[in-house]
Amino acid sequence: MFRNTYDSDNTVFSPQGRLHQVEYALEAVKQGSAAVGLRSKTHAILLALKRSTGELASYQQKMYRIDDHIGIAIAGLTSDARVLSNFMRQQAMAERMIYNRPIPANRLVSSIADKAQVNTQEYGRRPYGVGFLVIGFDKTGPHLYEFSPSGNSYEYFAMSIGARSQSAKTYLEKNFESFADCSLEELITHGLHALRETLQQDKELSIKNTSIGILGPGGAHETGITAQGNFRILEDDKIDVYLQSMVPKEVEAPTVTVPPPAAGDDDVQMGDN
Amino acid sequence: MAQTRSFNPYTENGGTILAISGQDFSVIAGDTRQSEGYSIQTRYAPKVFRLTDRAVLAVNGFAADGNMFVKKVKQRLEWYKHAHSKDMPLKAIARLIQTMLYAKRFFPYYVYNILGGIEEDGTGAVYSFDPVGSYEREACRAAGAAQSLVQPFLDNQIYFKNQVAAPGTTHPAHLPLPDVLSIVIDSFTSATERHIEVGDGLEVYIVLAKGRDLQDFEAIRARNVHLTQELTVTEDGERIFVMRLDLKKD
Repeated sequence: MFRNTYDSDNTVFSPQGRLHQVEYALEAVKQGSAAVGLRSKTHAILLALKRSTGELASYQQKMYRIDDHIGIAIAGLTSDARVLSNFMRQQAMAERMIYNRPIPANRLVSSIADKAQVNTQEYGRRPYGVGFLVIGFDKTGPHLYEFSPSGNSYEYFAMSIGARSQSAKTYLEKNFESFADCSLEELITHGLHALRETLQQDKELSIKNTSIGILGPGGAHETGITAQGNFRILEDDKIDVYLQSMVPKEVEAPTVTVPPPAAGDDDVQMGDN
Repeated sequence: MAQTRSFNPYTENGGTILAISGQDFSVIAGDTRQSEGYSIQTRYAPKVFRLTDRAVLAVNGFAADGNMFVKKVKQRLEWYKHAHSKDMPLKAIARLIQTMLYAKRFFPYYVYNILGGIEEDGTGAVYSFDPVGSYEREACRAAGAAQSLVQPFLDNQIYFKNQVAAPGTTHPAHLPLPDVLSIVIDSFTSATERHIEVGDGLEVYIVLAKGRDLQDFEAIRARNVHLTQELTVTEDGERIFVMRLDLKKD
């Protein structure tokens, strides 16, 4: 009932203690197509589903390289993503110029989180309408972070954002304990399976609509990767070998729905013993 | 008696750089001595830097400006890579360097730049610049303290100036890699003999075009295995090697 009166001003709390503008910004992220991130002991990877407006159109870019050791996948307003990724690139380059070292990934994620927070507390400004999955490499190994327009950031073993990302999360939750010791190829296969869960009924992953971002030493199907494993984005034909590694989706048997027990019905349900 | 105080923002750090291009390669070299007046600041301060897999920049003059300029060029190349997902072509880097230098026309980088590498068409190239951005593509160029000793030698040996070819023959348009390397090394050992600001060490960058047969280079590398290092990662693109040699320390 109160939502409408408290939701147009960024600087006004609702009686429930919520900032509706920020929550609407999170909705924009949920509208973007899915992105999945996961990591092992040696690698961190991002997988994203690219959207296109139609058969004739190109597919929207979902991944950006920030520095040799940091890459991001986006979900939400692409224009906001460009601006924020540009800022991240400036920060990364400034760190190299001023301190002669690659920027620690958690510090970079904190800097955009702080930047995004400003837009949730200043009158007249709107929150950023994009969320990121950020993968980074430092002395302690690979890392994965989520950045959201609320200004929150958090580190994860595996995560997904965007449309129908809950289905991907379910797959990741089931399997994440095995990720740590996966090879790069196994990790990518897991990521593709997770991403596939977010697809609508008649769609499938293809070389056209899938992007893979990788941090870590070169895999079996890669050539010319540096020893530190600089961030690279794989698209088009390069993806095919990984798509082939997926387990084919099972053809769904027609579902037999068991009618739920009627409320207040004390009959004993006869089931399998 | 009036006291005049002044601050001079520039100083000369000595040293010499040299670049020579071939048909499908480019060699860019610089000594490693950094001096100020009669003092040696350090025996090892690199003046030659890899920008991309096909471009190498040598900077000479005022070392602080030289080092900072290289960092700024590298940053611009990084922005280009972000925007275009590929390395900047050599002639574009040359033009970029001109605009960056001229932008400080009224407080210049006191640096003589020589850019060497492989063009988009696979040919070896050398571009030389003055401190405010005037530039030109050439076959060879020496800059720095011993420029007046080395450049005339190059004019004679590379451009064959004041030389007449044997009857019935013409001078070659390009020299082979082993010949070019000998000329480079001899230039520096000779400059070291007669110029106090040149010596200590020599770094030679060799940039080879994509798909170029490496036999002649491998023969040179075999004689200098511990002194040679590869900077490129893949075998299917341009290759960059660095050779580090000693020069006399007096």
